[in-house]
Amino acid sequence: MGFGPYLLLATLEGLVQAAVLSITAAGLSLVFGVMRVVNVAHGEFVMLGAVIAWFTASLLTGHPAMGFAAALLVSPLLVGAVAFASERVVLRRLDYNPEATIVATIGLLYILQQTVLLVYGPDARPVDPPFYYTIRFPWFGYSAYKLFVIGAAIVIMGGIWFVLQKTRAGLVMRAAQYDRETAQAFGIPVDRVSAWVFALGAMLAAIAGVLVVPIQQAHYLMGADPLLLSFIVVIIGGLGSMSGTVLAAVLVGLSDGIISMMFSPTLAKMVSTLLVALVLVFRPNGLLGKAAR
Amino acid sequence: MSRAAFARNAWLVLAVLAVLFSLQFVLPDYQVLMATRMMLLAVFALGFNALLGYVGLLSLGHALFFACGLYASGLTVYHFGWGLPAAFVFAVGASAVLALLIGAVALRTIRVSFMIVTLMFAQVGALTVLYFAAWTNGQEGLSLPASARVADLGVATLDLTDALTRYNIAYGLLAASLLILLVYLGSARGRIATAVRDNEGRTEMLGFNVFAAKLEMFVLSGAMSGAAGAAYGLLFGYLGATFASFQYSIEPLLFTLLGGAGTLLGPLVGVLFMVGLIDKLSELTTAYLLVIGVVLIVLILWFPKGILGTVRERWLPWLM
Repeated sequence: MGFGPYLLLATLEGLVQAAVLSITAAGLSLVFGVMRVVNVAHGEFVMLGAVIAWFTASLLTGHPAMGFAAALLVSPLLVGAVAFASERVVLRRLDYNPEATIVATIGLLYILQQTVLLVYGPDARPVDPPFYYTIRFPWFGYSAYKLFVIGAAIVIMGGIWFVLQKTRAGLVMRAAQYDRETAQAFGIPVDRVSAWVFALGAMLAAIAGVLVVPIQQAHYLMGADPLLLSFIVVIIGGLGSMSGTVLAAVLVGLSDGIISMMFSPTLAKMVSTLLVALVLVFRPNGLLGKAAR
Repeated sequence: MSRAAFARNAWLVLAVLAVLFSLQFVLPDYQVLMATRMMLLAVFALGFNALLGYVGLLSLGHALFFACGLYASGLTVYHFGWGLPAAFVFAVGASAVLALLIGAVALRTIRVSFMIVTLMFAQVGALTVLYFAAWTNGQEGLSLPASARVADLGVATLDLTDALTRYNIAYGLLAASLLILLVYLGSARGRIATAVRDNEGRTEMLGFNVFAAKLEMFVLSGAMSGAAGAAYGLLFGYLGATFASFQYSIEPLLFTLLGGAGTLLGPLVGVLFMVGLIDKLSELTTAYLLVIGVVLIVLILWFPKGILGTVRERWLPWLM
């Protein structure tokens, strides 16, 4: 395979990565934007979404598309419920103090991860994609499911944009993000909004988990990479900015995909992590610093 | 702090050290091993607490310094055949230099950003260990050969396969760390650090160099964590990528929070409770890390001052 086709393949892989990443990062960004909570357990919501997808798909015999569709419905709902409960029981009582909530979400990370290990076990298990179809390029065949993931991401990101910009719920969220106290003074129940936003962020992560599981298999440790990459994306993209998040997800996803294929996945992550740490340091008030007031 | 309060703290530390020293004559073999591990982890947690408890900086990436010490000592011994004392000194130095570099960069950020930046640097460290698998053997790790586990000090030879030798080395390191911290925190320079924790703006207004005070503590903290890592690698003869992972950044946080952040002996108390608990649970189930999550949340919700922090609040206000 020549360099051109190889680059095309790497780009496609990068786009799939970017698609999943933009959904995950949108959830993280939303939670950070509205609640000022850095959710270290976000990657575990992706993992939980994937694992629940496996359970759902294995319960439903029949056409794989049935199981997949059911998973796409059940998984975000369950994960959202878990997130909602943990927000009510833990985060709210900490009064959204930034340091305390980070420590609490680290605790949540271990609780979710280790509970899945207890219930689901240490194996990685695949879920059948809803359809098997390979698009034949002149040089290689490419799974149509992966292209479906890209399409799904575009639809979901469009949906988020619509909800945030065009609906009343979105207005309430943006108000809470813009100025929590003033929003409260105008009668917006900021406290309850926080719980819903936390659940919504987790549901987005779960959707990403369901979408990725036919490509990647469900495993109890799979949450680490999405967490790290979403951090990177959210920091580069700027907080709470959905367009920034999408742009950064495409950039990071593409570069990660291409460097991973051309060089090594470990090197790709090292480079992007280091770069982002430096972005954070040298733009202390620009990107994440806004939250540190 | 008054002279009398300092003296009380000094006596308390000495008493604890005396008890720890005498334990080696009473404990059965298995527990000597366990106590050795605990003391090294306590040194790690002491380093972490120096930063969290006395300057108020929560790092989520201290595994980086632990692993730096571990690999700097272990790899020089494994690949270049260095003597153990030289490797140990080199590792502490390397960790201090790394802490100086990371600190100079990371300390430009505050609060949440600082936590994320340290977490990311540690992640880069963990990935570096995996990337240079030709040297580190990645996830599987390396075992130091038995021949590399004998330290020739000129006057005496230390055999690190002997349990009591290991115990006393770990004990020495713990004693040194506690005494360094005691003296440092009692000194004028140490008070600047606690002033930064209590009110950074005011400290700066009074003309102190806040950044320098933070950096100094960061380097001390990194070097101490590195020393713990170096001793851990050399004493137990195993270097693995796990030691660079997120879990090893969280454990010192857990020990410190449980024992009481900002108390000198808190990390030791935290280690005592937690390591025992984790070991017991790991015999029962593979998902023993669940306890880390539960304890973290319980602590942060209901017991944020930790054991010694609460003791200080209720009964012993002079506790350092």
